[in-house]
Amino acid sequence: MTRRFAPETFEDAAAALAAAAAAGDSVQIRGAGTKLTWGTATPAAQTELCTTSLDRVLEHNVGDLTAIVQAGVPYARLREQLAGEGQMLAIDPPLGNPSEEATVGGVIATGDSGPLRHRYGAPRDLVLGITVALSDGTIARAGSKVIKNVAGYDLAKLFTGSFGTLGMILSVSVRLHPVPLATATALGVSSDPEGLTAAVRVLAAAPFELDALDLAWRGGRGGILARCAGAQAPRRAKRVAELMGRLGLEQVDVAEPDDALWSRQRAGQRSRERALVRVVSRPSRLAGILQAVDGAGGTLVGRAALGTSYVEVDPEAVIRLRGALHAGEYSVLLDAPASARSQIDAWGPSDPVALGLMQRVKQRFDPAGTCNPGAFVGGI
Amino acid sequence: MPSGADVVGRLQEICGTEHVLTHPHSLATYRSDGLAHYRETPLAAVLPGDAAAVADVVRACREAGVPWVARGAGTGLSGGAIPVAEGVLIVLARMRRILEVDLDNARVVVEPGVTNLAVSRAVAPTHFYPPDPSSQIVCSIGGNVAENSGGAHCFKYGFTTNYVTGLQVVLSDGTVVELERDAPGYDLLGAFVGSEGTLGVATRIELRVLPAPETVRTLVAFFEDTGAAGDAVTEIVNAGIVPGAIEMMDRLAIRAAEEATHAGYRLDAGAALLVELDGPREECNARFEHLMSLCARAGAADVRVALSEAERTQIWQARRAAFAAMGRIAPAYYVQDGVIPRTRLAEVLRQIDALAEEYQLQVANVFHAGDGNLHPLVCYDAEREGEPERAEELAGLIVKACVDADGSITGEHGVGLDKKAYMPSMFSDADLEAFQRLRCAFDPAGLANPGKLMPTPRLCGEVPGPYREHPLERAGVAERF
Repeated sequence: MTRRFAPETFEDAAAALAAAAAAGDSVQIRGAGTKLTWGTATPAAQTELCTTSLDRVLEHNVGDLTAIVQAGVPYARLREQLAGEGQMLAIDPPLGNPSEEATVGGVIATGDSGPLRHRYGAPRDLVLGITVALSDGTIARAGSKVIKNVAGYDLAKLFTGSFGTLGMILSVSVRLHPVPLATATALGVSSDPEGLTAAVRVLAAAPFELDALDLAWRGGRGGILARCAGAQAPRRAKRVAELMGRLGLEQVDVAEPDDALWSRQRAGQRSRERALVRVVSRPSRLAGILQAVDGAGGTLVGRAALGTSYVEVDPEAVIRLRGALHAGEYSVLLDAPASARSQIDAWGPSDPVALGLMQRVKQRFDPAGTCNPGAFVGGI
Repeated sequence: MPSGADVVGRLQEICGTEHVLTHPHSLATYRSDGLAHYRETPLAAVLPGDAAAVADVVRACREAGVPWVARGAGTGLSGGAIPVAEGVLIVLARMRRILEVDLDNARVVVEPGVTNLAVSRAVAPTHFYPPDPSSQIVCSIGGNVAENSGGAHCFKYGFTTNYVTGLQVVLSDGTVVELERDAPGYDLLGAFVGSEGTLGVATRIELRVLPAPETVRTLVAFFEDTGAAGDAVTEIVNAGIVPGAIEMMDRLAIRAAEEATHAGYRLDAGAALLVELDGPREECNARFEHLMSLCARAGAADVRVALSEAERTQIWQARRAAFAAMGRIAPAYYVQDGVIPRTRLAEVLRQIDALAEEYQLQVANVFHAGDGNLHPLVCYDAEREGEPERAEELAGLIVKACVDADGSITGEHGVGLDKKAYMPSMFSDADLEAFQRLRCAFDPAGLANPGKLMPTPRLCGEVPGPYREHPLERAGVAERF
């Protein structure tokens, strides 16, 4: 039987974690559970510690463009609250279907992101500070609430994307950005992987200051989406579209409003029935990745200039997709049916030296292996 | 256990005798970094020529139980590269090759001794590398990685940590590890950047670069006082304008900089605000009009717009020269690096004024106004009885004022030796213990840049086993954690 707690204070959270550790229990640290199946499939933990009652926005410092948010705050609610002041946290992953219940802590702990990563970086680039509970009952804080700070180690980055294996994220302080006055998206299509790759290269190197530069690929045909944001967005998008035309893209157009386009890109980062694999390569390898996707019968959305792609394939095609990747490229299995997850190594191979260092980090922060044991890279 | 002399012999085998310095004369340059009032003479300084030699040097130190400190160009302003007595100083100045310029993937790969400016030059004119510390002509990328350096363009573009995408690191046991930003697993890369040389030495650095902005527009606005200039900053940011740079100088800083550069700054102004917008031309031009009206509304007495690249360079020259120009005002100064939430700028500047008056010392303010990173320069004359001590005390109170305003003790210079005593004002014991966990995972023997960053030296608790005296404990440098 799994015992389940949803502590309402940081102290209660730390005490619950310490008690479980002292009893030798394994603890599953979780938010709303929209991404619980990610990572290595593990047996049910003896204790479940939910952040859902840590659900307050502690500070929104409008003039400073910062906020301090407890881990259990639903991300959609935070977004709404910030938008009320014309601001946003520039992390835009899909938030779970249909009710968008993903929490801030879950987004940070999985390092999940969306199209805005092109301009604003990954979650680790926007987290300024963090408060965590460790399995010995310690509550520790790193970073700060100001946008510039180099005092102490950047544990906020260490915990971001750590899948709850080092401790429980209690709150984060984050950097905010103004919501742009307008957005417009230039788009063009092509069925030539090499042509798309070349177009991405030119668009990525052009001084358009795009908020997002995405790719969508399905059944041998794909499109590039370039989003401009700011008061002059429509005029700028028109200029981007003109370049797309010169680069040989077809059906070039400017979409305004463009929200639906980007919702679709985000939705492509999840799969309900098939498998969803995040692939990392250099942008110049895009054509090869697209061919690999075709070879595996898959579809792709992704950050064209970052080389991060989300590929949906049938579970049995994951191996084929991975086989087509080059050395130095990575693939991580995110969504997959339970039957498939036990058959596939979610994380893929790791560099043994780096993995050894990660294991030493885990030992120092969670020596008894209490927090989310086995779910992370290399069995951490 | 081998002695110090054995280590020197081993270093000579690894790097060649000509690259191992032990004579006090040749070590003189390496006793200090950018903070000249800290000095220490190491046992030896070694200049390895490549990553393999660095790994061998670190391994030799480990085998002999000798602590070591890595040093780039030595421009750091926190004493982070001050050697440890009886330790080895690993100088990376010979490793200055640009290994790869790959603009198709917006990346560049360099050795740690390459200067910050050389990176931007290597990718110009189509691209640029945003973090640009004032020392960019000489400071090294390895040092930038160690300190997570910033510069004038951080508010819009971020810091070194946002641009490092890969590192080859020599750990304190001599192991070489590749840390990649997008590799699955813990963000060890993110933890390493800004770790001030305490987690290892970066021997190869991969950086992301950006397309150079299409349009750059620069102005300098003069205000009656820093309060009015601060209000202008608030107006600008609240209008949703994110300037490429937004820098403030107060009356004293203007005077020093103007005397040094004759850039045309108004000597009768109480504050100068340098604002630079960059980006796509439509957006940049529209925002620049808006910016001009906001400056006027905030009471700017005069606004000068750079009409040519030469005028822009001139405006920046005054800002970049401000630190060095302080020599015209005072023989010596302490520079602080505190950060405050931008909304509390006026309040903290008033506190600094009051403190300066109380201590009968001049304080010049030159700072990155967008991100609230203050650089108060506390001027003093070392020849005057008691003045250095008073200046140091005042500098400490300024840091305290920043922390009390919910800020930070350091925005870009690092903790090093200089600010480690302030760490407990910002972090609890539990926080510091959490930091120590990370340090112990990387460097259990505690040989990498010991005595920096943490307020009191700590040793790593080992996995249970028989107690052994640690070399630093024996030397009285550290106590057991």
